[in-house]
Formats: sequence, C-alpha cells, structure tokens
Amino acid sequence: MNETMTMAAASAAPTQRAAGARRAQLPILALVCAVTALLPLVMQDVYLQNVLILTLMYAALSQSWNILAGYCGQISLGHALYFGVGAYAASFLFAGYGITPWLGLLVGAVLSAGLALVLGYVCFGLKGHYFAIATMVIAEIGLLLVHNSELFGAALGIHWPLGADSWSSMQFARTKLPYIYLALALFVLTWLATYAIEGSRWGFWWRAIKDDPEAAESLGVEVFRSKMAAAAVSAFFTAAGGAFYAAYVAYVDPESVMSFRFSLLFALPAVLGGIGTLWGPAVGALILIPITELTRSYVGGSGSGLDLIIYGGLIMIVALVKPEGLLSLVRPGGAKA
Amino acid sequence: MAGTFILEARGVTRQFGGLVANKNITMHVRQGEILALIGPNGAGKSTLFNLIAGAFPPSSGKLLFEGKAVADLSATQRCRLGIARTFQVPRSFDSMNVIENVMVGSFVRHTGTQAARRAAWRTLEYVGLADRAEAPTTELTPPEKRRLEMARALATEPKLLLLDEVMAGLTPSEAQKGIQLVRSIRDRGITVVMVEHVMEIVMPLVDRAVVLHFGEVLAEGHPKDVVRDDKVITAYLGERHRAA
Repeated sequence: MNETMTMAAASAAPTQRAAGARRAQLPILALVCAVTALLPLVMQDVYLQNVLILTLMYAALSQSWNILAGYCGQISLGHALYFGVGAYAASFLFAGYGITPWLGLLVGAVLSAGLALVLGYVCFGLKGHYFAIATMVIAEIGLLLVHNSELFGAALGIHWPLGADSWSSMQFARTKLPYIYLALALFVLTWLATYAIEGSRWGFWWRAIKDDPEAAESLGVEVFRSKMAAAAVSAFFTAAGGAFYAAYVAYVDPESVMSFRFSLLFALPAVLGGIGTLWGPAVGALILIPITELTRSYVGGSGSGLDLIIYGGLIMIVALVKPEGLLSLVRPGGAKA
Repeated sequence: MAGTFILEARGVTRQFGGLVANKNITMHVRQGEILALIGPNGAGKSTLFNLIAGAFPPSSGKLLFEGKAVADLSATQRCRLGIARTFQVPRSFDSMNVIENVMVGSFVRHTGTQAARRAAWRTLEYVGLADRAEAPTTELTPPEKRRLEMARALATEPKLLLLDEVMAGLTPSEAQKGIQLVRSIRDRGITVVMVEHVMEIVMPLVDRAVVLHFGEVLAEGHPKDVVRDDKVITAYLGERHRAA
C-alpha cells in the first residue's frame, strides 16, 4: 500500500509539466488575437483586409476539417457539403424570412452536425481511401440536389437583401472591420474547441483511432462513437464558417459555396501546416490564402487555376520533404513541444 | 478460489473460409493463475487468443467471462469488463509519446485527464518505463516497446491479461525481468493467459498449460506433465522422435 502512496507523490511532477506545456499555447493565441485585432488599424487597404478575412476564415475552416481528419484520421474530401449547409441555412432564413443570420448560423451548424451523424453512420464502416471517396461523392450529390432545388433558388442561388449596416443582420457595406472581428472570433472559437478536445479523453481516443484503430479498440476506445463525435463537431464548425461566408459575400449559389474546390481548400492548409496539430491549419492558411488572392488579382480572371497549381506544388514538396507539415520544422520531435 | 473459472470456452469453433482454425475448443482459465497457450506453428493459438480478446467473434460456441456470455461483445466492451491484451507485434500509437499511449488505456477507468495521467504514470513506474514517459514511441527499443504494450494493457485495470508472445526475441536477462513482471502482475490478483513459443521461459513460470494442435486441444495440465505427454511430443517433434 505505501508503495502506491510514493508513486502518487512522484506522479505530481510530470502531470503538472504536461499541463504546463499545453497551457503555454494560450498566450500564443492571445498574441495572435492581439496582432490580428490591431492589424486593420495600420492596414487600411480594403483589398488586404479582404485577404485577412479570408485567411482567418480558412484557418478556422481548415481547423474544423482538422478535427475530423487530423485528429481522428478520417480524411474527408466532402466538407464543402457542410459549408454549403451553413451558407444556405443562413441565406435561406435571412432572405426568405428575415431571420437573423446569427440564428441561421446556429441552425445551419446544428443541421450540419446532424447530417454528419447520419452520413457517419453510413460511411464509417468504410476504411481509408474508400471513406474519402464516399465523402467526395456525397458532397457532389448534395451540390446537385441544391442545384435542382427551386426552394433554394436552384442554379441562381440566393441573394441577401440590401439593408442598413447592422450586427443583427451581419451586413456591413461600408467597412470590413466587423468581418475581420467575426472571422477572428470564428477562428478563436474553433481553435479553443480543438484545444479543449485535444486535452480531453476524446482527443486521446481520436488520435489512438487515427494511429491504430484495432489497438485502440483493444484498449477500450469507443471507436465508432469517437468517429461520430469528431464528425459532428467538425461539421458544426464548418457550417458556422459557411454561414459567415454567406453573410460576408451576401450571396450564395451552388458552385460558389459547395464546389469540390472548397473541400480541397479546407484540407490543404492543415496538410501544409501540419495535420493533427493545433497551429497547422492557421500556419497553412497564412501561406496559402494570400497566395490564392495575390495570384488571382495579378494574373487576372484567366489565372484562376494558377493558385491550385501552386497549392499542388507546395503539397508535393511538403509530402516529399516534411510529411508532418511545416510546423514540425519549428518543433522537431513531434506534436508536443 | 482455485475452483472459480474467470474464463470458459465451450465448444468454440472459428473458421476462416474453408479453414477451421479452432475446432470445438473447450477449456477454462482459473481465477488468479498464469496459463500458457502453447502448440506448434499453425496450431490455432493466435486465433484462440484473438477470440478471447474479441478481435473477431467465434463461428460457433460459447465464451464465458466471469460467467457472462461475451462471444458477441466487441473488443471495446470486453476491455470494459476487464479483459486486456497485448499484440505480438507492438502496435504503439506513434503520434503520441509513451505516457500518452498509456493514458489511452487508463481513460477506460478515469474520465478526467489529470486522473488518467496519474494512473498512467503509476503504471509506467510499475513496469519500469517511467524514465521514458515523455519519449516518442519511435525512440523505444524493442524490449521497451513490449513493456509499453504491457503498460497500456495494464492501464485498463484488467482482471484477465492476455499476453501475446511478450518474451519473444528478448535476451535472457530481459526475459528474466519479463518473468518477474508477469509474476508480479499475477500477485496483484490479475489472471494471466500467455501465448508463448519459448518453452524454457514458459514452463517454470506458468501454473498450467493448454496445448493446441491442428486447432484442437491436445493436452492440458501442469507444465511438467504436459511436456512428458506422448501426444505433445509427437505434435512438436513428429512420430519418429517419440521413441527417443
């Protein structure tokens, strides 16, 4: 008995050390917030502010994707579906019934999480590539359904009605500042959710499933339930991002929020920065999104494919040289500093 | 005490396509003993081991754990009930360090992260891996990986521990440490079933041995008696060695 007593005493030190290493991430987040919040004061150019908003948004969306793919190991290539559900829910309720996009965002996020559970129930029997292909196909089906649905404006989509700038309608024609803060809030919430989950039982179970599902199962991990939970959380935040995007551009149509391109754009930043890490998606978005926007404006409309070529090149380099992502250059030896 | 069976197999059969890997196996494991599952290659040891752990269900027959039918339960559910296993080829979670690997196991009994970490730390001290707690699993030596396998399984606080060739490939001194560890696990009240090839390690350690041959139980009993059994000698060495 006294043997266990000394063990308990000795165990205090490493426990605190691990908690400390994790908590050291929070000041970094605070710093990122502070810099981002102050940036628009010196960066008044509307074009650059647009780049900042999109970077924050894709950082959040890639983080959402990372929750399912990076932590739980279930590679989805159909997250455009959840993005579309969020975007359409907010647009449909606001344009059709005047319901505030805040509520629309919540409705879209909850619907999306529910949809993820239904699809997860069907798809989580599939392994590896087959799962990825299934998600891709299902997202395409979703796109086609919306495309042919008169209720959602079919191919024409839904225009947000013009109105006065206000927080309740999430519409600001005169300034981009509120959108910067909204996108930042979206990123911070997604990051905090990931941070909280990473340190919890779910986080450990997800990573165990990603590394070796059979070994995880032998250690009492609820594999199916864990995947379902990851899918629901991931879809929830992706749809929230979709609602934000719809409010920002004040217009949705099937191609502009549900095309396969979005599914790729959610995955690539995380892959580039470091899949299954807290900061990977943000680092990846910080590199990729400005490249997209800059090539788009400098090469013009005909250069719409150029950013994807650059993406492809970057991903190939990362896959060959540093499969763990760019973050592992800063922190050698794994995910934990 | 010796009379209670923690695990019973009644007429368990497992087929893979046309191959019958386990045929009508009836055996039991007594509460608190160390039991060895032995037999020549292809005898069906691993299949029986996996059936008990719940990696796949039997084609027919009954499996009772503490008197409860478990044949239809998943590996996860069996782990919750108190059956834990190691893998023959260590299957560590390589995105995590050593203590995090063990925590995956301790989360079965502890919901909170702090409690799980403390329990994992105690387990690492117990198996002698505490000094490697923060190391990435990829930096472990093969014997250390075996210990990690055992630590993870022990962290689930099992009543029955299934060890799949944990002594294979160890040097004599490492094997000696392994033997001490298995004894100490049993002394904690955990029943141990081990699949093992290395006879000279198994025989002094175990209380009882079940010998499998061509998927069936060939012999069962005290290790000393089992190795003198004619059928067992024939199974291992072939007919012509029996006279010698």
